Amino acid sequence: MNKIVFLVPLFPLLGFLINGLGRKSLSKSAIGIIGSGVILLSFLTSCYLFSIVASAGEGQLQTVVTLFNFISVDAFTIPFAFQVDQLSVLFLLIITGIGFLIHLYSSAYMKEEETQHFGRYFAYLNLFVFSMLLLVMGANYVIMFIGWEGVGLCSYLLIGYWFKNNDFNYAAKKAFIMNRIGDLGFLLAVFWLLFKLGTVNYGDVFSQVASLSTFDIAAITTLLFIGAMGKSAQIPLYTWLPDAMAGPTPVSALIHAATMVTAGIYMIARSNILFTMAPTTQTLIAIIGLATAIFAATIALKQNDIKKVLAYSTVSQLGYMFLGLGVGSYTGAVFHVMTHAFFKALLFLGAGSVIHAMHHEQDIRKMGNLKKYMPITHITFLLACLAIAGIPPFSGFFSKDEILAAAFTKNPLYYYIGVGGALMTAFYMFRLYALTFLGKFRGTHDQEHHLHESPSAMTIPLIVLAVLSVFGGFIGIPEVFAENKNWLEHFLSPIFAESTKLVTTEHLSHSQEYMMMGIVTVLIAVVIFIAVSKFKKYAGEQEEVETGVGKLLENKWYIDELYNSIVVNPINAFAGFCKNFIEKSGIDGAVNGVGKLVSYSSRQLRLIQSGQVASYLLIMILSIVVFFIIWFNDITIMKFLNKLF
Amino acid sequence: MPIQYYIYFCLALFSIGIIGVLTRRNAIIVFMCIELMLNAVNLLLVAFSKMHYGAALAANPNTTAGIDGQLFVFFIMVVAAAEVSVGLAIIVMMYRNTHSVDINFLNRLKN
Amino acid sequence: MIALLLILTPLVAGFCSFAMKQGSTAKNFSLLVSIVTLAIALLAIGSPAGGSFDTAWLTDLGSRFTLKMDGMGKMLCLLTAVSYPLIFAAVYKSDYKNPGSFFGLMLLTQAGLMGVFLAADALLFYFFWELALIPVYFLCSLWGGEKRIAVTFKFFVYTFIGSLLMLVGILYVYFHTADHSFAMQSFYKAQLSDHQQSYMFWLFFVAFAIKMPIFPLHTWQPDAYEQAPTATTMVLSGVMVKMGVFAVFRWLLPIFPNAASSNSMIIIILSVTGMLYASLIAIKQDDIKRMIAYSSIAHIGLMCAAMFTNNKAAFDGVMIQMFNHGVNVIGLWIIADLIEKQLGTRKLSDLGGLAQKAPALAILLVIMALANVALPLTNAFIGEFLMFSGLFQYNMFIAAIAGISIILAAVYTLNMVQKVIYGNLNAVTENATDISFNVKLVLVIIALVIIVFGVFPQPMIDLTKTSVEALFVKK
Repeated sequence: MNKIVFLVPLFPLLGFLINGLGRKSLSKSAIGIIGSGVILLSFLTSCYLFSIVASAGEGQLQTVVTLFNFISVDAFTIPFAFQVDQLSVLFLLIITGIGFLIHLYSSAYMKEEETQHFGRYFAYLNLFVFSMLLLVMGANYVIMFIGWEGVGLCSYLLIGYWFKNNDFNYAAKKAFIMNRIGDLGFLLAVFWLLFKLGTVNYGDVFSQVASLSTFDIAAITTLLFIGAMGKSAQIPLYTWLPDAMAGPTPVSALIHAATMVTAGIYMIARSNILFTMAPTTQTLIAIIGLATAIFAATIALKQNDIKKVLAYSTVSQLGYMFLGLGVGSYTGAVFHVMTHAFFKALLFLGAGSVIHAMHHEQDIRKMGNLKKYMPITHITFLLACLAIAGIPPFSGFFSKDEILAAAFTKNPLYYYIGVGGALMTAFYMFRLYALTFLGKFRGTHDQEHHLHESPSAMTIPLIVLAVLSVFGGFIGIPEVFAENKNWLEHFLSPIFAESTKLVTTEHLSHSQEYMMMGIVTVLIAVVIFIAVSKFKKYAGEQEEVETGVGKLLENKWYIDELYNSIVVNPINAFAGFCKNFIEKSGIDGAVNGVGKLVSYSSRQLRLIQSGQVASYLLIMILSIVVFFIIWFNDITIMKFLNKLF
Repeated sequence: MPIQYYIYFCLALFSIGIIGVLTRRNAIIVFMCIELMLNAVNLLLVAFSKMHYGAALAANPNTTAGIDGQLFVFFIMVVAAAEVSVGLAIIVMMYRNTHSVDINFLNRLKN
Repeated sequence: MIALLLILTPLVAGFCSFAMKQGSTAKNFSLLVSIVTLAIALLAIGSPAGGSFDTAWLTDLGSRFTLKMDGMGKMLCLLTAVSYPLIFAAVYKSDYKNPGSFFGLMLLTQAGLMGVFLAADALLFYFFWELALIPVYFLCSLWGGEKRIAVTFKFFVYTFIGSLLMLVGILYVYFHTADHSFAMQSFYKAQLSDHQQSYMFWLFFVAFAIKMPIFPLHTWQPDAYEQAPTATTMVLSGVMVKMGVFAVFRWLLPIFPNAASSNSMIIIILSVTGMLYASLIAIKQDDIKRMIAYSSIAHIGLMCAAMFTNNKAAFDGVMIQMFNHGVNVIGLWIIADLIEKQLGTRKLSDLGGLAQKAPALAILLVIMALANVALPLTNAFIGEFLMFSGLFQYNMFIAAIAGISIILAAVYTLNMVQKVIYGNLNAVTENATDISFNVKLVLVIIALVIIVFGVFPQPMIDLTKTSVEALFVKK
């Protein structure tokens, strides 16, 4: 295993270097082949690792592979080490597998770019996968942090890929800075661990966790969660993700499905023992997750940009994952990460296919009836919508059900709100579907004329992902359908073993669970029906002006404006105050003031030098008198005078 | 004559000299006042010299106590003579330049 | 002997350079000399014993010409030796009037810097401290920008006040050494009460704080960086500010351990305030040079705070950050200079779209910028990570507040990147061309240093390990 492990991140790194340095000399097809090929190699290696991990018996697995000592100082040593166990190998498969499909898709989608930029694009993409692999494979929090910041950087580079557009650049900058806010939390948690335990290696941290005080654990987990908020776009740090749509569509697929946003989930699942021992933080996570799920879903209801809808749906789905983590269903969260990766990648790539066909038109009000022109895209997109809405037996149903069931056992209120969010999900997804693929075409004639199905390099990934979206859920079938057939839970059980020991979960009775599933499914089906029948007829003529809540939703609750006015603008104003006032008049004023004081007092002192000899003499005589008084103390003088007179 | 009388007299002479230097503007009078101060000191030196000599004579007929005071007087007289010659020369030059012996015109070094 | 060579080579070469009339001769000569110096420095670092040198100097005063090269000294000599060839190569195509004198003065500065980092005698240290300062005064006042006279005056008065305070401090400690000697070891053993320590501590600290500079003594710096000729600015911000940091380690902490620990809170708070303050101002700067200057103040603030945490990890961090910050900031200055020379403006708001015209510059600028925000796998991350971890152990809240500067650093750095290379071309940037070979070479070397030491920092940590440990041996 030793040798193989570091090949996984090495391939994308090589791809990055080759594509980055050879972007001017290589041809487009060479770049595409190298870019996708390295990810494929990495995927194959991951498969091999997976087979090792899956076949290894309990306790046989040597999981940590150290390459070299990254930082070694007196107080602590941080090895550059990789950890390949059940959890990371699962993520490796998701990242490299879906990553490969996205690369493949990109090679067709980005064909119109200049060769040089095409190479740059693939270099960034490879670097992105490399960073994500570091994040997942790192055997300690510092290596994870390297990947953590690395994906932030790559998202910055990719969101701002079309760098001539300054709006995109702002979006890129926003993503990076919002991520940095989270990263600070993560970093502080790392320092806290170093301070208290002197180590950041997962194995050592988790085995020594009992020696930490409750406050320490709560603080560390909260800080880690702040990190996760930034990376996984939770309230209040979620606003970068919808703006990240500025990048090319496959990049959105990569960010939303395979990499980046799942980092927060991975990190918490990885540190599950810490979080299990901090119930306060868990409650916080559950509440934030749920709030995000609902909040983002409401915004998605009213968005008209195809990618924006998907973006908010990602935020919302991530909320569910955090809800799962918060209620202690780590397997459920990881499961949802996986199924979400399938259908969200599919949705984004499908959306990309639509945008490609529509010549970069993203407004769904100007689409319609695309099923006639793009059959494959249409079918796969529909399957993805069904999966995300949670219709059985599509993958999303199983994973969402697992999270919601766990939420119900923790607190029924979580469950009810969660179901409300799920209904909204169904509604906005099918609104999107109906507006895009059904009804009548509302674009220009020119666009209609050019409508076409995408090339096979784009449709093959769609088909593969559709198959995964449909059948992917079966690896985590709930107990209620088949006793002991939940392969995923069994597979991941060594990772969450310690946490499972700590918490006793009561299971719902089968009849209750059947009933809940049934009701929810029916409700979702009804919502889908309403959405489809309502928006099928949408003709787009009437420019309805939204009022009240609708307007609020359309403008995303004015959160961006709120942040601008309570955070960005005050900081800017304060910085301006520092620059123009404190620095110029204050400190520099004081410095120059000292200089001015010196020259002013010299000017005043100069006046004493009047040139009048008499005044000099007077001063001289007075000085002599004073000198005498000081030199001979008054007693001596009095004695002398007494003697004299 | 008791020594006090000499001291009072010299004090008076010296004070007149100082006041003259400080208040008068005529360079020659200022000059004379400086001489007055020098002579007050000379007189005092001689007086003290005589006093010490007289006191020491009773114990030792060959004493030379107080002689150095008189020596100083000669020094001062020599220096004063040199000073007068230089000073008067300056005053003459000054008169040639400004047609006045008013020292208030001599404030070119100010500022 | 090898240590003496490090000083003598640039010193003698500097004087020779004055005689050179031809610009190209002076350039080639000084580039050659700086490369030779680099070779000597590498040799010195390679030799296990390190270079040390000792000869009689002002014997009557108890001062000897003693040079000692420990881990910390090696690190900074390496920085000095590395930065000069980079600087000379980067300005190879620039023209200066009186090139002989210009390069001569630059080399003299190098000699002074080497001396500061090697001196193991307080008077000798002071001597070199001034030797490094005086050529800079001439460089700024003769080759600087349009406001050079006023700015140089400010710079000079500032640093001179610092130097004088330090001289007073040195003399005071000298009179309290057991054997009336300026030798470093005697200074370390000087008998000073806590009260005396406290006064002397501030005299020294103000001198070093001005050099670093620490808020609120920093206002000379942006002006000087802006107005000095860029080659000098690189020396100033890359190497010369490290004199202050180095001196705290070399002199301040060992001589006044009690005062250092009792005053640590004040200094850390000042430093952290300075970090945030400078970061905020950097956000608002429209002048690329001033922005880099304030960003540098923020970074130095962290180093200063870390130096007073009395934590080994933080000390390790400061040691390697001294080198890394020096190299990185030189890279940024080279780019700033390039932009100013080529486009005639330093205003960020005038720039834009350079990525289209100068892709190589864009890539290298992004790498420098990433190092400036201390992204992991760049060299700056290692230092900042260690310093923050030490600061965190000193006080969590201060570390958390100081951490905000990480976010602010991202704001101003990315702002700069966006305004310079992204966006559309405009009238100013339309005729830009990509960087010339010599600059590209220099920047690529710096980028390699950034990445190589970002991935394999351990050799640097090991280099200064003994120095850090020596700081913890109580006298």
